[in-house]
Amino acid sequence: MNDGEPILSVRNVSKAFGAVQALNRVSFDVFPGEVVALAGDNGAGKSTIIKAISGVFHHDEGDILLGGKPIKFATPHEARASGIETIYQDLALADNLSIGENIFLGREPKRRLLGVLPILDRTKMAVAAKETMASLDFHVTRLEAPVAAFSGGQRQAIAIGRAIFWNARLVIMDEPTAALGVPEQRRVLALIKSLRGQGKGVIFISHNLRDIFEVADEIVVFRRGENSGKRKPSQTTPDEIVKLMVGN
Amino acid sequence: MTIAATSPSAALPHPIIVWIAQLRAWVFLIILVVFFEVWARLSDGSSFILNGYNLQSILVFATAPLLLALGQTFVIISSGIDLSLGFVMGLSSVIAAHASNYFAARWGFPPFAAMVAAILSGTLVALAPGLVNGLLIARLQIPPFIGTLGMYGVARGAAYLFAGGMTIAIDNEWYAAIGNGRIFGVPVLVILTAIACLVMHYLLSQTRFGQHTYALGASKAAANRAGIDIKGLTVKLYLLSAVMAGIAGALYTGRFTAGAAQAGEPLLLDSIAAVVIGGASLFGGSGTIWGTIAGALVIAVIQYGLVFINVEPFWQFIAVGAVIIVSVLVDQTQRRLMGGRQVE
Repeated sequence: MNDGEPILSVRNVSKAFGAVQALNRVSFDVFPGEVVALAGDNGAGKSTIIKAISGVFHHDEGDILLGGKPIKFATPHEARASGIETIYQDLALADNLSIGENIFLGREPKRRLLGVLPILDRTKMAVAAKETMASLDFHVTRLEAPVAAFSGGQRQAIAIGRAIFWNARLVIMDEPTAALGVPEQRRVLALIKSLRGQGKGVIFISHNLRDIFEVADEIVVFRRGENSGKRKPSQTTPDEIVKLMVGN
Repeated sequence: MTIAATSPSAALPHPIIVWIAQLRAWVFLIILVVFFEVWARLSDGSSFILNGYNLQSILVFATAPLLLALGQTFVIISSGIDLSLGFVMGLSSVIAAHASNYFAARWGFPPFAAMVAAILSGTLVALAPGLVNGLLIARLQIPPFIGTLGMYGVARGAAYLFAGGMTIAIDNEWYAAIGNGRIFGVPVLVILTAIACLVMHYLLSQTRFGQHTYALGASKAAANRAGIDIKGLTVKLYLLSAVMAGIAGALYTGRFTAGAAQAGEPLLLDSIAAVVIGGASLFGGSGTIWGTIAGALVIAVIQYGLVFINVEPFWQFIAVGAVIIVSVLVDQTQRRLMGGRQVE
């Protein structure tokens, strides 16, 4: 799986907030079609590294390479424009709008009514929504329904669908299963596998070792801002990961 | 593993039911009209609504609160509120009356030109309070309730100061015709308000501006993530609502051939009531122009109808108040039944 160029390379990245060293020489790679799980206790640096990747703030030292080129995004919008999509727990969906309207929010397509009056092209939005969601094995019958009508796992799929539609190369998911019931967790894990099948890179933050072992191709363990280990799920055990997370 | 084919059908009723629920203000309007109609037939054999005079009076009566409510609809959908509208309307009414007299007397404008200049002046002066409201809320993060309440006071004082504490009479037959004339038997005010409704409906339902207004009301985070200029949008929303109040004020001056600072004083609450009865949530994110139109007509029919059946006029306030409360209760129940999440 790890042939070819990585989508994302994190090389010896450090970041300090005042006297607190949040990240200390952290390195890992994400290849196309690879799911990288970031594991670690609270405050271990998982959120800090994804924020540095997604343009929320800048790292102090080291390099973050996207497709081989060093990046330092000024804003999350820039990161998104370069194909890095971060999906936070709140999903940032407008609950009152449909799936298509959410996908196109801020970039709404238009057509001309009777060749004159510019109006929103709702048909185009609905078609894009249907096709995008179908690519995630999510078959929507009521395309006009507001996003609020969907369940937590379905809403996660919508946020992912939005990222795919705009050609995200790397999808970062922060605790995507945390607020969900068990059947919904299964669906989100299936979504992550579906993203892998489409050749996207996925960074997946989770506290749940069972989820990590189910979907991850590579587990990067963080402890007090440092890489404490990298393992393939097939070559390690949950016990070993926990030891790497908490130390001896 | 794949995700099973799913649809939200369990959570969402049939589209026709959703549609009827959205039109409930119209259903309520029809019930009210039927009530007064039956009353009129039974009491003296006359007709309430098929009587051209009554119908025109109700429609004209509804124009001013409806114009305010159109702008208020946008603001409320964005999860804001504009409390300054009543006195912005008064300020515009006074400025329009002054302008009408001034352009005619000082610069010798013919009546038609003086009317146009007056309506433009009245409308444009509203840009100032609208801009300040928008900047206070967008840039300085003042809650809309507080920012526009402050502007309510400022606009009120300014209106009375410009009026010198009096009403400003105008003498311009063109201007009076705008407020009282008819085209093919339809009052000009009703035609102008209908045009405003169409334009506002277009803006809200068919443009990015409208779409972003809904998004902002539902989730600031979603709007921000989508790259929407939230601050610019907020300023535009308060400019829009102020300009609608300016138009209402300028038209008031034509209708009563006088500018008055208190022109819009009783209409602010009616404008909010119309939006709420029309199905918008005061928490933002929902509402339509069609609903607001029905809401404004419901209020006008209640007020006119109660006078029509000789109920003491003070009952109007109680009736409208009760309708507002019932509307919100129905709205909340409906949201629960529709499976939509309650507002956090």
